[in-house]
Amino acid sequence: MEIVDVRGTPVEAVIAGSGPPLLYLHAEQLFDQTRSHIDDLARHWRVVAPRHPGFGTLPMPVDFRSVDDLAYLYLDLLETLDLKDVLVVGGSFGGWIALEMGVRNTSRIGKLALVSPVGVKLSDRQERDFADLFYLSEEKLYETLLADAARSAPRFGELEVSAVETIARERQATAFYGWKPYLHNPVLKRWLHRIDVPTLLVWGEQDRFVAPSYGRQLAERIPNAELRLLAGAGHYPHIEQSAQLVKMIDAFASR
Amino acid sequence: MQVWHFSEMAYHPGWSELGDQLRNVIPSRVCDPKVAADLYHRYLDEWALCDELGLNIMTNEHHTTATCIDSVATIPMAILARETKKVRLLCLGMPIGNRMDAVRVAEEYSMLDVISRGRIEMGFVKGAPFEVTPANSNPATLMERFWEAHDLILKAMTTHDGPFNWEGKHFHYRQVNVWPRPYQQPHPPVWLTVNSPESAFVGGQKGYVIGVLNSGYQRTPGIFEAYRKGAADKGRTASLDRLAYMAMVGVGKTREEGYRRADHVLDYSRTSRKVGAQFAFPPGYQSPQAYAQALRMPGYGSGVAMRTMTLRNGKEADVFTASVDEFIDAGICFAGTPDDVFAQMKAFYDHVGGFGHLLMMGQGGHITHEDTVDNLTLFSKEVLPRLAELG
Repeated sequence: MEIVDVRGTPVEAVIAGSGPPLLYLHAEQLFDQTRSHIDDLARHWRVVAPRHPGFGTLPMPVDFRSVDDLAYLYLDLLETLDLKDVLVVGGSFGGWIALEMGVRNTSRIGKLALVSPVGVKLSDRQERDFADLFYLSEEKLYETLLADAARSAPRFGELEVSAVETIARERQATAFYGWKPYLHNPVLKRWLHRIDVPTLLVWGEQDRFVAPSYGRQLAERIPNAELRLLAGAGHYPHIEQSAQLVKMIDAFASR
Repeated sequence: MQVWHFSEMAYHPGWSELGDQLRNVIPSRVCDPKVAADLYHRYLDEWALCDELGLNIMTNEHHTTATCIDSVATIPMAILARETKKVRLLCLGMPIGNRMDAVRVAEEYSMLDVISRGRIEMGFVKGAPFEVTPANSNPATLMERFWEAHDLILKAMTTHDGPFNWEGKHFHYRQVNVWPRPYQQPHPPVWLTVNSPESAFVGGQKGYVIGVLNSGYQRTPGIFEAYRKGAADKGRTASLDRLAYMAMVGVGKTREEGYRRADHVLDYSRTSRKVGAQFAFPPGYQSPQAYAQALRMPGYGSGVAMRTMTLRNGKEADVFTASVDEFIDAGICFAGTPDDVFAQMKAFYDHVGGFGHLLMMGQGGHITHEDTVDNLTLFSKEVLPRLAELG
């Protein structure tokens, strides 16, 4: 992992591959298990995949408070690296950050590819759009997040201690950014019209964490968006169907 | 030695129906308000009796649980502030990182202090991990919210020349101006609950009283020692009145009677950990290292992951099935005749280097009202007078 100095803030990032620039914004957990997907993307792209502050080992800036800060940090990152016409790919929590970037400033963004993003509140106050990540029992959690939990869920007893600590830190950071309001910005829905770049939404057909119907509603609210469903995937298609997902993203980007 | 009688105000009539989950997810239809009313009055009567017995009073609060229906600690405090005249009233305490209105906390404590004519002891607690759920309090920022609330509450209670401004990270008020000001000046004594040497060190630095709960023979000496180091770090010597220890107590005219009472009180220990793992380990409440350790525990997620206590020989015992003797061995319970209880307390007191307050759970679980009254009365008459001998 490299350290990029973003206007005085050190940011850890995987930088790999060659080709047009792709900013990869990771999901709320299982970054270690996402590395092979980043490698798959790096075959055709120059991938910059920052570790969101708080999720990795670097200390979080003391004044960071919300996903807004991540959006501004990564807009600054695009400037720092002088990346242009960037494809921004975000999974789940990373998709939320990408949406926040998209409503703010797309001057360096060519397209958005959002894989089951969270961040927008669509249901009424007594419903949740997203299953309760923090209160699902450990057994139910990965059944909810993955199409095939038996194949892809981490087994804590078999992992290195440091790998489990990484997941523990990811969950802590997810709580920091997403505890209340729960994984959304209450006013983001109102500003989605500002996203003025072509946007691909990808949803796993077996996403039990946030249903594909949420993706359909989101696609209707983003001006130039299309929704594609992916078979054999739950909420983390980047883990369960990496090759198919990369194909879908490449096809969207090359249009 | 000051002794404080503590009860969690359990709703034990619901326990058998609720089974393995006694917190967070339990439907309130199991709680019969008529039964709850009787229980509240009973527990309040037992606390009121303490005023005659010379035992101080301690309350606490938990939420959405049948182990403790004292969901607002300042309510019994308010009733007892009026009903009692002599003894001191400790709230241990107020989960100030989970209370979103810190100024309201300052108002509640100030008003209680005035009504009681200066008998309030003011506990600030982090709260148990499963308490972030009912409050929907972000566990990843709990401790920074705790300390900001602490600073704001004390400033609010000690500022007497009109409104001040507070625009912090978690609390925002432009006109803080608490009426009435507290009876005790500058403010009621501050207590913290402490469960680790690290937090004891901070307590020692600040000079507050620390309440150490059921930490037993193995863990208590290190915690008290860390407190003394924290005090020394600020150039002070920690006096014994800064250290409090909580244990379950069962006293009887015979050893058998004392054990039977303790056994009933210990139902608290057997039930308080009946909680889903996801509620017991909210991310950020513990360090990532401690959370990862929990995740790696066999059986994590399928049941309760924290149900052991350490005996004096270093072996672990299951709190769900342990005997009174094992709880005594662990230093979590003092039980038997008044002589037994005194001897057990003396051994523990000497082992940990002394302490100035016993937080006595004299009521808990299935112990009856009559047994509780006798337990408290015997303790006050036969054990309390001898505690001065401890040093």
